[in-house]
Amino acid sequence: MTATALTDLAVGTVVAEREVHVTRDSLVRYAGASGDFNPIHYRDDVAAGVGLPGVLAHGMLTMGLAVQPVSEWLGDRGYVGRYGVRFTRPVVVDPQEGATIGVVAKVGTLDDAGRPQRIDLTVTAGGQTVLGKAQVTVVFR
Amino acid sequence: MLTRLPVVSVNPELVGRTFPPAQPYLVGREKVREFSRAVFATNPVHHEPEAARAAGYADVVAPPTFAVVVQEATLAQLLAEPDAGIDFSRVVHGEQSFAYERPIVAGDELTATLTVTSVKTLGGNAMVTAESAVVDADGEHVVTATSTLVVRGDDA
Repeated sequence: MTATALTDLAVGTVVAEREVHVTRDSLVRYAGASGDFNPIHYRDDVAAGVGLPGVLAHGMLTMGLAVQPVSEWLGDRGYVGRYGVRFTRPVVVDPQEGATIGVVAKVGTLDDAGRPQRIDLTVTAGGQTVLGKAQVTVVFR
Repeated sequence: MLTRLPVVSVNPELVGRTFPPAQPYLVGREKVREFSRAVFATNPVHHEPEAARAAGYADVVAPPTFAVVVQEATLAQLLAEPDAGIDFSRVVHGEQSFAYERPIVAGDELTATLTVTSVKTLGGNAMVTAESAVVDADGEHVVTATSTLVVRGDDA
């Protein structure tokens, strides 16, 4: 854990960054863990049948993994109070290559004590943004 | 034989409708661990009870998006509502948010109650927003999970 004082983080400071490689295995694992067994997340024929470019990652998997760099940065100092996203573009997961999802978390706003309050996420895959208005409000304990 | 689908029309009278509370959901430690692995959550508080206790929690802590698992039963109620007019095969997840009073921990018994807050039509699609308020066994608010579902109109 880095020990930068919370009040030293200006708006726009990157607090966490991560790349996550997801594979079809990741999708099956998330399907089981979440109970979302929509076959567009593991069957090529079903995905093609409804006109999709390929099997897609669950939007909730992308949302779920994208907040993790913030949770790790926060550590035991607090928790995620609010987290919201728009699903703007699907993440196609190639059966062999998988897909890489990039997350950059920046300070969006500060609270009255000068600590980060809202963290804004930029979440990309294949060079394109996949989540819109991805914002995390943190609560310090 | 194809049936001509009408332009999508979700029942606007759904707005303000609150469904009966879903069956209580008991949060299990292994389920939290399984979900945590699935969303690449590596903080020890999600996996090790000792780490969670050291951080001041009763048991392993669920990641922020875990509430979707608890919310799911309420969305199923909405989709099954006979007069809603929501064709599940045309539903796309548009937006999602969670607003927490406190994190969910293993051992919580959670009850979710869904209310439809908005039905809008936009460019031939309908957008339905629903809030599922989740309370613990003492009736205390834990989290509200809000989903916006886009019901696609005739295929472009």
